[in-house]
Amino acid sequence: MNTALPETAGKVHEPLMRSQAEANGAWGRILLWLSSLILAVIVVWQILYKASVIAVGFDTWRPVLYTFILWAIAIGAAQVLIRGERGKHALFILPAVAFTVAMVIFPTFFGLYIAFTDWNLSSLTGRHFNGLDNVRSLLGDAYFWNALRNMIYYVLFVLAQYVIAFGLALLLNAEIKARKFFRVAFLLPFMLSPVAVSWMIGKSLMEYRFGPAATLARHLGWDNPAFFTSPWIARLSIVAMDAWVWIPFIMILLLAGLQAMPKEVTEAAKVDGASPWQSFWQITFPLMLPVSVTAIVLKIIFQLKLADIVINVTAGGPGGATDTVSSFIFREYRDRSNVGYGTMLAEFYLVIIIIFVTLLLKFASRFMQRTT
Amino acid sequence: MSAVAERQAQRAWGGGYDAAKISARVLIYGALILWTIISLFPIYWTLTTSFKTAVNVMQGHLIPWIDFQPNWLGWRSLGLSPDTIGEISTVRDEFLKRFTNSIIASLGAAALAVVIGSLAAYGLSRFDYKFVWMRNKDISFFFLSQLILPPVVLAMPFLVLYKELALLDTRIGLILVYTLMVLPIVIWIMRDQFDTIPIELEQAALVDGCSVWGAFLRIVIPIALPGMVAAFILSVILCWNEYFFAALLTSTNAKTLPVMVASQTGSQGISWWSMAALSTAAIAPLVVIGVFLERYIVKGLTAGAVK
Repeated sequence: MNTALPETAGKVHEPLMRSQAEANGAWGRILLWLSSLILAVIVVWQILYKASVIAVGFDTWRPVLYTFILWAIAIGAAQVLIRGERGKHALFILPAVAFTVAMVIFPTFFGLYIAFTDWNLSSLTGRHFNGLDNVRSLLGDAYFWNALRNMIYYVLFVLAQYVIAFGLALLLNAEIKARKFFRVAFLLPFMLSPVAVSWMIGKSLMEYRFGPAATLARHLGWDNPAFFTSPWIARLSIVAMDAWVWIPFIMILLLAGLQAMPKEVTEAAKVDGASPWQSFWQITFPLMLPVSVTAIVLKIIFQLKLADIVINVTAGGPGGATDTVSSFIFREYRDRSNVGYGTMLAEFYLVIIIIFVTLLLKFASRFMQRTT
Repeated sequence: MSAVAERQAQRAWGGGYDAAKISARVLIYGALILWTIISLFPIYWTLTTSFKTAVNVMQGHLIPWIDFQPNWLGWRSLGLSPDTIGEISTVRDEFLKRFTNSIIASLGAAALAVVIGSLAAYGLSRFDYKFVWMRNKDISFFFLSQLILPPVVLAMPFLVLYKELALLDTRIGLILVYTLMVLPIVIWIMRDQFDTIPIELEQAALVDGCSVWGAFLRIVIPIALPGMVAAFILSVILCWNEYFFAALLTSTNAKTLPVMVASQTGSQGISWWSMAALSTAAIAPLVVIGVFLERYIVKGLTAGAVK
C-alpha cells in the first residue's frame, strides 16, 4: 500500500508552506516505516511462536489482526502527512482496498496451499502435502464432472428466465392500473431467502402427498406428480424455483430499460403502420439489447454460485442430477470433511469460471451498456 | 409487446371500446394476475399453513375460516402464540437468538459496506489513482471481480483463518465476510450515484474553503443519501438471506435464521405448521421491507445497468 501514488485531476490545494510540508513528510515516512516494522515484527514473532521456536506469544492470531488494523490506520495517516491533499484523496479508497486485500488475498493463497494437501478433518494425522493427487482424483471424479455439466444446463436456463422476465417487464410497462401493486407483488420473491424458498416451495408446495402443486398436477392429469425423483423433472423443478426467485431481478432491470426508452421511437413506428410484432422485433428488442445483455451476464454470474436451494431441497439428488458444483463441494466439506480435496475442486472451479466469465464479458461487452 | 398491441388496436379501431381493445386488456390483466398469483401464492401458502393442523394440511385446505379454522399450533411450537407468549419457551429463546444474530449480522455488514464502499466509490468517481500499474478502471474492476468469486472458494480458507483469529462462530466474523460479499455491489451502486452528482458543487465548496473531506461530508453525502439507502437495503436483504457462509462458519453462538430454518428442514419429524411458522417469521421482515421500500430496492438493482 505504501507505494500508492494518488494524483488529482484538478490540483486543488497545494500546501502553502513548503518547509512545513517537508517536516510533515519526514514524520509521515517515519510513521510509515515504524508501523510497518512493528507489524512485521509481530507477524514474525507469532509465526515463530506457532512454530514453537520461541516460548512467549499469543494464543490466537487475533492480536495480529488488531496490529493490521492499526497499521492500516497508520498508513492512512502517513499518506496525508507525506502527500498532503493527494493523501487525503487516497484516504477515500484505502479502507476498501485494505479490507478487500486482507479478506481475499490471504484466503486465496492459503486455499491454494490447502488444495494440494490430503487434509481431512476426520483423520487424526493432520494435513500433508500430497502433490498432484487431488488433481488426479479430480480428473477421475465422475460426480464432479456431472455437477459441472449440470452447471451448463443451469446457465442455459437463464435464457428461459430472460424470456419470461422480458414478457413481464413489457406487461408492467403497458398502460395498466395499479402498476405499483403489481411491481411490488412481482418483486417479492426476489427478497425471500433461498433457504425459506426451499421449504416453502420445494418441501411443501411440491410435496408429493399434500402439496398444492402436486394436487394441481394430479388435476391436470399427471398421475404421479413426483417432482424430485426422475433426473430431468428434478432439474426442471430446481430451475423453476431458482427462476421464481430471480425472474424479478431480470425483470426490474429490463423494466428500467423499457422506461428509459424514448417514447417517440415506438410512436413513430406506430404511425408508420408497423404491427406490434414488427415494432417489437425491429425497435424495442434492438434498443433493449444492451440492458438485456447486462441482465443476462449478471444473472449468469449469480447462477454460477447456485447452491442454497439445491443443498436444501434435493442435496444433489436424484443420482446427482440436480447437483451444482457449489452444492457438491459443500457436501464434500460437510459430510465427508474432505477439506483438501474440496478446496482443490473449488480452486479448479474458480479457474473455469474466471476463464468463462472473461470470455463471456469479452463477447458481451460490445453489446453491454457500460463495462468497468 | 402488449403495450404496443394495445396502442396498435387503438390506432386501428379509432380508440373506441371495441372487441380488439377489450380482448387486449383482458389478456394483459389476465397475465398480470396469473403472475401475481404465481408470485404470492407460496407466501400465502406458508402464512396460512402456519395456522393449520394436520387434517387441514392433508386435505389441502386453502382459505382460512371457510376451509379451515385457524389454529395457533404452528406458532405455539415456536412459543409465539398468544397463550405461550408469557411462558418460558426454549424454542422461542432459540428463535429470538437466531433472529437477533441475523439482524446484527445483516445490519452491521450493510453499514460497514456502505461506509467503506461509499468512500471508495467517491474516490473512484472523482480522483485519478495510480497504484503500480493499476489505474481507476483496474481498481474498479478489482472490486467488481469479487462478485464472481463463488463462496465455496473462500469457505475453507476462511474456516481456518477464523479459527486462528478466534473469529469462528462470532457475529463479528460473519459481519466481516458479509461485508466482503456485498462490497462490490455497494461500490457499483454508489459509483453510479456519485457520477450523477455534478462536480461543480464540490468545486464551489472547495473555493469557499472546505477541505475535500468537508465537501464530501457536507455537500455530497446529503445528495447521495437515497443511493446510500438503496445500497444499504439491498445489502441487508442479501446478508439476511445468506446461507452458505453462515452454515460453515457458525455453530451455537452466531448461527443465523437461514441456518436454523435449513436445519429444521432436514429433519423428517418436523411438522408442517411449525416449519411454516418458522419460515413465515424468517421472511416477514423481508416482505415488510419489500412492500414499503420497494422504490429503493429498484433503485439499487438498476444502478449502473441502465443509462
